[in-house]
Amino acid sequence: MATFTLDINNKKQQVEVAQGTSLLWVLREHLGLTGTKYGCGIAQCGACTIHIDGSPVRACTLSVENVVASQKITTIEGLSEKGDHPVQKAWIEAQAPQCGYCQSGQIMQAVALLESNPHPTREEIKTYMNGVLCRCGTYMRIVKAIELAADDKLANT
Amino acid sequence: MSTTIQMINRRQFLKSSSGVALFIGISGMLPIAISCKNKEEVQAQLEKHPLTAWVRLSEDGQIIIYNPAAEMGQGSMTSLPVVFAEEMDADWSMVRVEFSPQEPEIYGSEGWQPGSKIMLSAGSRVTKSNYTVMRQAGAQARYVLLFTASKHWNVPLVDLNTENGFVINGKSNDKISYGALVPYLQVPSTLPDFTEEQLKNPKDFRLIGKVIPRYEIPAKVNGTAQFAGDIRLPNMLYGVLERGNLHGAKPTLQNESEILAMEGIQKIIPYDYAIGILATTLEQALSAKKQLKIDWSTSAATGFNSQEIYPAYEKIASQSKRGEEIVNIGNVEQAFRKAAKTYTADFKNDYVYHAQMEPLNSVVQVAEDLKSAEVWVGSQQGGDTKLGVPDVLGIPPEAVNVHLQYLGGGFGRRTMTDFVTECAVLAKEMAPRPVKLLWTREDDVTYGAFRPLSLQRLKASTDAQGNITGFSHCVVAENGNLATSGIHNAYYDIPNQFAEWREASHGIRLKHWRAVGHGPNKFAIECLIDDIARDQKMDPVALRRKLMVQAPRALATLEKAVEMSKWDAPIETGRAKGVAFLERSGTLSTGICELSVDRTTGKIKVHRFWSAIDAGVIVQPDNVIAQMEGGIVMGMSSVLKEQITMVDGKVQQTNFDNYP
Repeated sequence: MATFTLDINNKKQQVEVAQGTSLLWVLREHLGLTGTKYGCGIAQCGACTIHIDGSPVRACTLSVENVVASQKITTIEGLSEKGDHPVQKAWIEAQAPQCGYCQSGQIMQAVALLESNPHPTREEIKTYMNGVLCRCGTYMRIVKAIELAADDKLANT
Repeated sequence: MSTTIQMINRRQFLKSSSGVALFIGISGMLPIAISCKNKEEVQAQLEKHPLTAWVRLSEDGQIIIYNPAAEMGQGSMTSLPVVFAEEMDADWSMVRVEFSPQEPEIYGSEGWQPGSKIMLSAGSRVTKSNYTVMRQAGAQARYVLLFTASKHWNVPLVDLNTENGFVINGKSNDKISYGALVPYLQVPSTLPDFTEEQLKNPKDFRLIGKVIPRYEIPAKVNGTAQFAGDIRLPNMLYGVLERGNLHGAKPTLQNESEILAMEGIQKIIPYDYAIGILATTLEQALSAKKQLKIDWSTSAATGFNSQEIYPAYEKIASQSKRGEEIVNIGNVEQAFRKAAKTYTADFKNDYVYHAQMEPLNSVVQVAEDLKSAEVWVGSQQGGDTKLGVPDVLGIPPEAVNVHLQYLGGGFGRRTMTDFVTECAVLAKEMAPRPVKLLWTREDDVTYGAFRPLSLQRLKASTDAQGNITGFSHCVVAENGNLATSGIHNAYYDIPNQFAEWREASHGIRLKHWRAVGHGPNKFAIECLIDDIARDQKMDPVALRRKLMVQAPRALATLEKAVEMSKWDAPIETGRAKGVAFLERSGTLSTGICELSVDRTTGKIKVHRFWSAIDAGVIVQPDNVIAQMEGGIVMGMSSVLKEQITMVDGKVQQTNFDNYP
């Protein structure tokens, strides 16, 4: 066991876990940030997508010792105070989720997309979102939500 | 602990300090309203009557409606409460929704046997089976409010009406909100059963059929929607199982002492088909799972190579001995003998995997005396609402309390209870400590329960005018119950029809997968009809119009899809349109697809898809659209991409890097 200090959602948190523990289990099972989901454990589905310094990262394959205290981790819980990030609002507007399990990862990936490319084309959206799987097949509405958010984003940033 | 557990049970009513629980009994039961402040009386009533609480009202006007169905993305968390609120004439903006307790005798809808009740979110039955139940209960709640107002104002009940959360006296123009009536709540000595005519006239619906945002979507975009795997309880342990990739094989653990010596490992639990590990943390359990050295026995599946099985299936289909008859209308043999022309085709269908995004999991806590248990699970419920836990523990069903959580996808997989009983076994060992069982994605894939591999052999006959006179359909597969659903062409006017199932057996775990047989069977049927149309130089739509001559509702979906897709209009070079019709659980649907094929790679690209459905009463239109969008995507995925294969009985796929 070792102690790690992490900056999660603008809060410094300490966890005592074994070296090699995935950041996903640290977030979910040790810190109770369960909005980030486990889907595959091999960075193939994107359900565990979080941000590290604003970039989308799959938490499941990232060992806790590879994150340093100066890096800022953002999870779905830290995306906005009241679930009202423009992307979250667009997601509600589009009624995107069905079962909802993949949607935290979808939203984190989409936020990263719009941060780097505020007005993506439909093809750019599809390419960027391609690695985040949804078995309910909500892809059409995810595209719609991102397009809605891209429009709103003009006013909000 | 950071997690709050959403549950509604008897204790929670007792804990409530405000509001009134309105208990509306099943037919004939005395309704009662009790202030939640009066804990003794609530307790006494709960012990005296098996009462149902569909709704809870507060003085501030808030209404909690209980949803008896699982929510796996299909929208029950909104659709069923909407139906209740419609009849109650409640103000939807004041409604909160919670899962009901898992007690079928109270919250169940009609089961398979007359008079029986089940809670089951499968087989497309949630809205259909609960629609009347929720309307009745909502109408009764409204009646109690009307009765209360008539007593409170001392006016005849017939002078009163309701409107969006208010009781209104049409004569005096007095108006009182449902919340304001709570302190005066009284219940009549008997509560009527309402006939269809006494329920709201559908033309007056304010909620049913209107676009209402889904209740739980905000929680699903801010990360707070709670799935069973999100539960964390004090002193909780973690369980994982290694089940291997050969279904039915028995394990012998070779390195037990080595595993037990690993950090955090509490116990090793052998199962007939798996080795279980209990550990203090999830990562310890998973590390130990990787180190297991297991000798696996052979099983019934040993020697089975799924991709080499079709010749054997073809042989079975060619045998003269018929299988189990599913459909027999008219005389198909005679039709074939008299035919001007016959058409035959074989269709092959692989095993497919559910791949619900949330791998299976559950949390179980068994009491120290082993006489009761709490279960947190995302389940599609089932014939056994307590999900097999009473049998594992040897205790009565009422000693097991199931707290239903959101499901990260179901698709039929979560009608099974393996992932619950496994956890009960672990929790019994560690009682009273709670145990969270997690299936890894690899576990979920390799020990999946698949849609069966099958061969569809179809034969059809036409007369001299090109009318289809006979249609036979032979399915070769494991499990005829699964493999033959959707085999009946009830909406096509074909006078002679025959369908049968011929058995194969490989020892592979199988289960419903989105209706299950409909996918392969309808695919085969619709393809053969297209073959006939092509050969007869008929437009595929025109042929189907002819077939649907006796089925106006089916025809209406065809005509709508034709209109939307501009079927007859010229199409971009290199593209083509195709059409198909199917029925599932009473819902009729025509789909039209526009695609292109890369002639060198064979790669199919779907450009557009139109769907017209008749699903009866539409409670939530936008949600029905969402369900169709998702179903189309999943259907295309299963046809074009998905394949589980076995070599020597062993499942070859492990995770999303090799599935689909």
